[in-house]
Amino acid sequence: MPVQTAAPRIEVKASTPAPTTDGGSAKVAVRDLDFFYGRVQALHSISLEIPERIVMAFIGPSGCGKSTFLRTLNRMNDVIPATRVGGQVLLDNHDIYAPATDVVELRRRVGMVFQKSNPFPKSIFDNVAYGLRINKVTSSGSELAGRVEQALKDAALWNEVKDRLKTSALSLSGGQQQRLCIARALAIRPEVLLMDEPASALDPIATSKIEELIFDLKKQYTIVIVTHNMQQAARVSDTTAFFLLGKLIEVNSTEKMFTAPNEKLTEDYITGRFG
Amino acid sequence: MATYGNADRMRRATSGLMTTLTALCTLLAISALLIILSHIAWQGIGSLNFQFLVDRPRPVGEGGGIGNAILGSLVLLLISSAFGLPLGICVGVYLAEIGRGRVGDAVRFMVDTLTGIPSIVTGVFVYAILVIPMKHFSALAGGVALALIMIPIVARTTEEMLKLVPHSMREGALALGAPQWRVILGVVIPAAAPGIATGAMLAIARVSGETAPLLFTAFGSRFFPTSLNEPIASLTVQIYNYAISPYDEWHAQAWAATLVLMTLVLGINIMVRFLTRKKF
Repeated sequence: MPVQTAAPRIEVKASTPAPTTDGGSAKVAVRDLDFFYGRVQALHSISLEIPERIVMAFIGPSGCGKSTFLRTLNRMNDVIPATRVGGQVLLDNHDIYAPATDVVELRRRVGMVFQKSNPFPKSIFDNVAYGLRINKVTSSGSELAGRVEQALKDAALWNEVKDRLKTSALSLSGGQQQRLCIARALAIRPEVLLMDEPASALDPIATSKIEELIFDLKKQYTIVIVTHNMQQAARVSDTTAFFLLGKLIEVNSTEKMFTAPNEKLTEDYITGRFG
Repeated sequence: MATYGNADRMRRATSGLMTTLTALCTLLAISALLIILSHIAWQGIGSLNFQFLVDRPRPVGEGGGIGNAILGSLVLLLISSAFGLPLGICVGVYLAEIGRGRVGDAVRFMVDTLTGIPSIVTGVFVYAILVIPMKHFSALAGGVALALIMIPIVARTTEEMLKLVPHSMREGALALGAPQWRVILGVVIPAAAPGIATGAMLAIARVSGETAPLLFTAFGSRFFPTSLNEPIASLTVQIYNYAISPYDEWHAQAWAATLVLMTLVLGINIMVRFLTRKKF
């Protein structure tokens, strides 16, 4: 998705330096990241630090690059032809774009949940077990079953599906399918969980379930969530990053972001003056 | 209600005319099929009995049957499937998942060209590369000729079916740390399996009716097959040989063999329908 001109009158300043955690090094640190779809530059010199065990929300109008940026964090953009990355993304101080990086290992550590739920046409059990099997996490059947159960419990889906693990995942409702995809991502116990508008296609009840889930998961995981819904960002996140036209405008604690943002652009967007 | 004006009446008349016209065309096409089927059944059913289905051909006046040809056709289908299906599916996977840009386009063009090659040419080609070096006709050569016809059909249907698998499913698997080959084998192909099976069955149904490529390769035989390395009978070649013979008895047997062949193809098509029902 190339950058769309949301509001031509806006001039974007250089990205604000990101706040760091209390001296400790960030889980994910991004330095001067540029991203191109062919000749179109979608991200402009993004620098950002994501501390461990927090929920960070990315907000911004459609086409501002927040999804693209999210997908650079586990190199999902690699599968799109003619894309190019500049700058660095450090996961525990290791550059994930370094030639020595094993992409498969990276994606095991940085899981992802997509906007549209994408269960495989397999049984519920096999969906959750897929990541465990391909990564050869365990060879014992009982341990596999245990990990699947735990993942489904973590995703708050166990009680609804425990009696029909062998039925098709496609028989689940939309909200259940999305929680299944979360369970699938959690089963391999990633360190970072990327969520690309995970609730945008769900009704309010399913959405609130997913949000409660995010709140619980924060204890174990570092979560980055892209959302169109600013109330959602305000509800679930500790830190919020605002993107506009491929640039990072502001990163701040969510509370501050929604009450007294540093940047005029952020305030304009949050108060609904554009976007 | 209001009365219809002239324009309205005109429109309704045109609409009625066009509906009738399309219905007539449909009827014409379907009746051709029904006439062929009923004529074959009418002509063939008289000579059809259990002995005919299991016996081998005998000299004129002594009855005989097409048991060896039925078996031969099945053996040929088996050989051609063993070569043609895996190769065709692999080409389809390459086209859909791996081959991008110019190389993929070139391969796709060649596959389409292969589809258009007259089957007699395929037969002569296999005659040149297999029959002549081996110095005799064989079931193997016949199977290879049929396989060459199957490959492009299977390849293109497989490609189309794989392209129907949503991209999000591939990304879902990749995001779990699956390497590309595992994504293709474990997620994409199973998701497209019913469609791939349809393509395979259609290809089998298509080659089961082929005569020309077998004339120079499997050749035909009046005996039950004992080895893949010798000529083998097939329903189509048997029908051809009997139909051009001067004997009324053999003509009747050709009709009966045609009925058997039609039933076989119909059976395969019904199996396709059965396999393509949605399971998940």
